[in-house]
Amino acid sequence: MALSGIQIYKMLPQTNCKECGFPTCLAFAMKLAAKQVELGSCPYVSEESKKQLAESAAPPIRLITLRANGTEIKVGNEVVMFRHEKTFYNKPGLFLRVKASDPDLAKKVAAADAYKVNYVGMDFTLDGYAIEADSDLSAAVKAVRDVTKRPLMLIANDVTLLDSSLGLLAGEGTLIYAGDSSNYESLADVAKKHKATLVIKSDSLDDLADLTQKVQAKGVEDMVLDLGGKNLGEWLTRSTQARRLALKSNFKPLGYPTIFFAAQNGVEKEAVYAAQAIAKYAGFVVLDTFAPEMIYPLLVLRENIYTDPQKPIQVQPGVYEINSPKPESPVLVTTNFSITYFAVANEVEGSGLPAWLVVTDAEGMSVLTAWAAGKFDAERIAKAIKGFNVADKVSKKRIVLPGHVAVLSGEVEEELPGWEVRVGPREAVDLPAFMKQALN
Amino acid sequence: MPIEIPKDKWPGSIKSITIGATSAEGGTRAKIITIGGGTTMPYLQFDAPVLSGDEAPNKPVIAIEIKSHKPEDWSPLLAEVWGEAMSDPAEWAKKAEEAGADLIVLALTVDDSAEDAVRVVKSVLSATGLPLIVWGPGQAEKDNELLVPVSEATKGEKLVLGICEDKNYRTIVATAMANGHLVQARAPMDVNLSKQLNILISDMGMPKDRILMDPTTGALGYGIEYGYSVMERLRLAALQGDAMTQFPMIVTPGFEAWKTKESKVGEGVPEAWGDWTARAINWETITATALVESGADIVVLRHPESVKRVKGAIEELITA
Ligand code: B12
Ligand code: SF4
Repeated sequence: MALSGIQIYKMLPQTNCKECGFPTCLAFAMKLAAKQVELGSCPYVSEESKKQLAESAAPPIRLITLRANGTEIKVGNEVVMFRHEKTFYNKPGLFLRVKASDPDLAKKVAAADAYKVNYVGMDFTLDGYAIEADSDLSAAVKAVRDVTKRPLMLIANDVTLLDSSLGLLAGEGTLIYAGDSSNYESLADVAKKHKATLVIKSDSLDDLADLTQKVQAKGVEDMVLDLGGKNLGEWLTRSTQARRLALKSNFKPLGYPTIFFAAQNGVEKEAVYAAQAIAKYAGFVVLDTFAPEMIYPLLVLRENIYTDPQKPIQVQPGVYEINSPKPESPVLVTTNFSITYFAVANEVEGSGLPAWLVVTDAEGMSVLTAWAAGKFDAERIAKAIKGFNVADKVSKKRIVLPGHVAVLSGEVEEELPGWEVRVGPREAVDLPAFMKQALN
Repeated sequence: MPIEIPKDKWPGSIKSITIGATSAEGGTRAKIITIGGGTTMPYLQFDAPVLSGDEAPNKPVIAIEIKSHKPEDWSPLLAEVWGEAMSDPAEWAKKAEEAGADLIVLALTVDDSAEDAVRVVKSVLSATGLPLIVWGPGQAEKDNELLVPVSEATKGEKLVLGICEDKNYRTIVATAMANGHLVQARAPMDVNLSKQLNILISDMGMPKDRILMDPTTGALGYGIEYGYSVMERLRLAALQGDAMTQFPMIVTPGFEAWKTKESKVGEGVPEAWGDWTARAINWETITATALVESGADIVVLRHPESVKRVKGAIEELITA
């Protein structure tokens, strides 16, 4: 938690020597609290104060970066309990767990690694792989590293094994699972040696806090917490408590991201478990099943929950050419809310039919929302058609409105003399059929 | 050293509301349902003093949505799982009960006459002992035309009638008040609009233990984040003591999720979407799970498998 100006003032020399460029130490403290100056401007701050100030400036939940050759994932650094209070920043990493003993290991990881799904113009993938050392870990690490460039997590408690396997991943930021009260010392050593992040595991928050402090004392700063818990309810309770302690009490020993294994109570519960973990504060979510029909909705949920509530995802207003439209191709009108734009663009594109898609500036709102808010009306539609010089591109002056705003057609006709105004279907799915049948 | 866990202490709580009436209470229901009563953000029992027995918050429940006529625009996956029953609301309601529904939502359509509506509602009431929610077709005039006779013909059953929106609530509220029913009050994803509608309904004299609040939701990928946050904000407002937000929430993830292309369409979609049936069920289940996490007291679903999974999640959340 950030310190107030007064709290900072108490740590300054209070001599008002003005060397920092401010008339008093208090004035300087106020600027520091507002993050408008650097502490370095005062030459007289004690080492002790410097340390305290640096600590208080650190984010309440440590930012953890896992890195491989060229790709990385950052989690942590969150500041709120509820997304509407500001936003959630760093999306939880979705990792797939594989077994070192799996004869199809490389094939499996390669298939998962090639997985890519598009949601409103963004490509989503998995973020990394967790390798469970149930047989030769080094061989498995080599095999996996050959087929993916994403960060790895190693699940093992044999220190020699970890040491040699991490040696194969030099220069990377890997996650080790997991240190507990019985083995944290040796795991901390190996994590330190290889600059790895260490998961600390316990069923009790008290123990966890104790362990992270001990591990930190051994020189490991990057940690992730496994909070345990036997079901959804327990995990929700613990992850809420850990996050509150970090954010509200500025309790550093639990100020780390968390990890959650979604299939711990069976693969039939995996989707629901992962969904809760995504919504409720997990830093890493480990899946056991590579199933596109589950991974796609989870990736979408993650995107939705982590969207900044102040900024709807939107596309640039303009005229979009779909399937190389010709002058006689139809002109379709929609809004610049990403979900809306892609719903329409994907349908038309998939049908192979050419069209001009005019995207109006509706401040990132869906058709009906924008209509209800007065951001998608005849005037704005006419302005877009004129502003983007649509008439110069087409031979047939005919526009198609979304079916949901059929009521606008009369006014649009008035605003756009010389244009024929048609009302399309309500849902984009029905557009191709409409274009084939009604637009000839 | 034991850690002190920061607790949220709330002055307010969610109202407990009962749907359905047994014969002793003037209805015919074999089972009645009580929801609400929460004193913390969803499932964070550690924030509240230990509550038990009658004081314990009630768990969220699941309603299954059925229609008075076989819906032609529903996903073929739903048609497959409900089969012939879709053409017979009474049969459908029975199957929904078998599938684990805690209550039934019966949606009337524009093709129903007032007599049809009354007949269908009565047939569903005799086919199942579960409490019932009845929705009009969603057009103001038609809603009133159907819901008033339904309300009168089922006096004392403690049905929920809906959907009341700002442009059409008076007639529905009046008839619900006169016949001992509850209402579902829907506002478009906005804390203040929800509140405002609740005030209007209360001002008509509707008792506060007979209002359900429907904050509107979007499906996963289609605006769920707005509904999710509005629900969290409504619940926070309620706990902070704002009386006009202290009603249990009902949301319709089934309706929203099964409208999406991901659930409706099996062919000509990206391969990365995976198996159609599993994806569609995940879509509904994940939408519903997120809404249960953000404070839903009733989720209205369509597929039996989703019902099973969301029920499982609720059990685990409540027994933490
Ligand atoms: C999410 C949402 C919001 C979000 C905004 C999301 C956004 N960025 O737009 C928030 C919460 C902010 C919001 C606000 C409001 N909302 Co709102 N909102 C919704 C909700 C739940 C989903 C909208 C959505 O995203 N749909 C998905 C997109 C993809 O749909 P779409 O844009 O319509 O596109 C589809 C079709 O139109 C078609 N299509 C699109 N373009 C084209 C083009 C052509 C040529 C064709 C043929 C087809 C076509 O294809 C798409 C896919 O099929 C709907 C209710 C619902 N479940 O639908 C209410 C809804 C749209 N909202 C409504 C209202 C009233 C409002 C508010 C005025 C009230 C309020 N809450 O304060 C405000 C207005 C905003 C403001 N003043 O700032 C009402 C509108 C009522 C009406 N019929 O007029 C709705 C319908 C809810 C309701 N039932 O009352 N809303
Ligand atoms: S330089 Fe340091 S001691 Fe001098 S006035 Fe500024 S803050 Fe105070």
